[in-house]
Amino acid sequence: MQSFIQRHPAWSLLIALAAAVLLWLIFAPWSAGLEEMLGRKRVFLNAVFGGITLGALYFLVASGFTLIFGLMRNVNLAHGSLYLLGGYLGFEISERTGSWLLAFPVVFIVVGLLGIVLQNQVFRRMEGEELRQTMVTIGLSVVIADLLLWAWGGQSYTIYSPDWLSGPMSLPVISSVNDEGEIRYLRYPAVRMAILFAAIVIGIGMWLVLNKTRLGMLVRAGVDDREMLAASGVRIQYVFLAVFAFGAGLAGIAGIVGGTFQSLSPGEDTRFLLASLVVVIVGGMGSIPGAAIGALIIGLSEQLGLVYAPTYSVVFTFLIMAAVLAFRPQGLLGQG
Amino acid sequence: MALVEQGKTVAQPWWFERITAPWWVLAAVLLTMPVWVNDFILFQVMGWTFILGMIALSMMFLAGYGGMVSLIQMSVAAMGGYMVAIFGTSGMGEISMGLSWWLYIPIAIVIAAIFGTIVGALAVRTEGIYTIMITLAIAAAFFYFTRQNYTIFNGYSGFNLVVPPMLFGVDWRQPMPFYYLSLGCAVLCYLAVVYVARAPFGLALQGVRDNPRRMAALGFNVTAHRVAAYTFASVIAAIGGILLVWQNAQIAPGTAGIPAVIDILVIAVVGGISRPIGPFIGALIYVLLRTFSPDVLMAFGLSGERFKLLIGLGFLTVVFFSPDGVLGLWDRWQARRARSRDPLTGGET
Repeated sequence: MQSFIQRHPAWSLLIALAAAVLLWLIFAPWSAGLEEMLGRKRVFLNAVFGGITLGALYFLVASGFTLIFGLMRNVNLAHGSLYLLGGYLGFEISERTGSWLLAFPVVFIVVGLLGIVLQNQVFRRMEGEELRQTMVTIGLSVVIADLLLWAWGGQSYTIYSPDWLSGPMSLPVISSVNDEGEIRYLRYPAVRMAILFAAIVIGIGMWLVLNKTRLGMLVRAGVDDREMLAASGVRIQYVFLAVFAFGAGLAGIAGIVGGTFQSLSPGEDTRFLLASLVVVIVGGMGSIPGAAIGALIIGLSEQLGLVYAPTYSVVFTFLIMAAVLAFRPQGLLGQG
Repeated sequence: MALVEQGKTVAQPWWFERITAPWWVLAAVLLTMPVWVNDFILFQVMGWTFILGMIALSMMFLAGYGGMVSLIQMSVAAMGGYMVAIFGTSGMGEISMGLSWWLYIPIAIVIAAIFGTIVGALAVRTEGIYTIMITLAIAAAFFYFTRQNYTIFNGYSGFNLVVPPMLFGVDWRQPMPFYYLSLGCAVLCYLAVVYVARAPFGLALQGVRDNPRRMAALGFNVTAHRVAAYTFASVIAAIGGILLVWQNAQIAPGTAGIPAVIDILVIAVVGGISRPIGPFIGALIYVLLRTFSPDVLMAFGLSGERFKLLIGLGFLTVVFFSPDGVLGLWDRWQARRARSRDPLTGGET
């Protein structure tokens, strides 16, 4: 952070300015002129919060993806299928037992186990052959997508959140000031705030594990140079298994989250695969903070684009990716 | 100047004498096919095979000779198809401009080539698996964009009633003319790829694939060669895309959806990306599976919709056991046959 400011003072200033403007737009009451130019503040706020929560969901999917890629150099293009599988399983569990919370650990374990099987039985056999591994994941995604279609059919499912999370909650953000000077605060679905909170907790937890524990040390060393790590006596296959299981489990959990505040249907797997691809391309491969920043940028641009330029929201995402590729091919926080 | 002067006594054989017997047989079979198969096989199976083969051929060119696995080829083909629908005639009179054929076909190919070149210029900044990810992301963006844009691409429904022009008094959408049209285009594309692969450009491209740093040190512009490879592949893909839209008589975002993009990869890999004939073999297998697997599945008591499962499993099997596709199987079989009749030792080696 410090070194970045020292190296790029102009960029730091620009980023700080953009952040300040965004914060001011969120917290300050809007004047009439601004409302005329940008529309109602409530619409803008909803888009921003929608973008942040969407970013949280993208982060959950993409962080596992980027972790697996960073350590094993394996572009797991079946990651979207794991997401959809987790969502369907979560739907079944919460329908059968009536407990939304119970679905999370069960799905994490089941999809994580599937990840272990994949890593141990499939990818380990072709270690070092990156292209072939990628092809295999493509084949797997086709097969899993069809099996899911077979089992759950073509209709879309929504997972219902528990009662204590349904309904809106008030946020300390001014939505509008009416003529009598009465301040109205933004009301936002509680379940989305809970998801955002959970994503932040998971993100911080991952950062702590990666930076403060022995396992995290092994993972970071593996990301930098896995041959040397293996040569120094670490059983790297176990590290691989743990990381793959964790990344897969995270994708499964993200499936429940996505099924709760959007819906689950065939095709969602490729949508989230695309999202995680773009997020890690923008953020930088193998970097967890990069995935967080990339997810936030893509989520915000998608939602703001949807509100202010509905036809071209996909193009914004694409343009951001193209710009990052053109000027910083390794991604915003990727290492050269 | 050659180090050893070659004697002039060695007569160069005519070019057609160097074509081996299997190729003559193949040519004879393909040319006489309309006589002994029905219209369905001619139009649906063989026409589709040639079209998918061409699109997969463009991918094989990039992957086999350039070392760049690009998943954008289906989108480039769809771009060509869309441009034919937009500049030519279609059921959407408000958007289609209705230019004549000698104008809209070159325009479509050029625009698709420009699109492919721009994507290529972005993609060559990355290598290996990154290329797959980036081209896949752009292909998905193309799909979502065409689905949302109504002013140019007519959104969800796309264009229908896009038919080939009535040229020389022939309805090119009839099975037999369309068969010969697609056969001709496929053969031209195949020969073009074979020629380019042996031309200085193709050799330099293969050098770039094998060792970019050495080629750069030798003074070759590595990036320019890669981007030019994308341009060349885009032209082939665009021709395939135009034929595809004529065959289906319609084009919609789903034409270049993610499943279609992945199908092209499956075709190229299953066929084998070491030689230009591979994609056509892969396309034939894919089309046969796609056309007849519902009947086979039904015979085993499964629903006919499970052909995707069959294709996915087949792809997995190929990637697992023969990474170089059907061509690799063939090569290994040939090698084993040659080994078993070793003339020197007289036995197996």
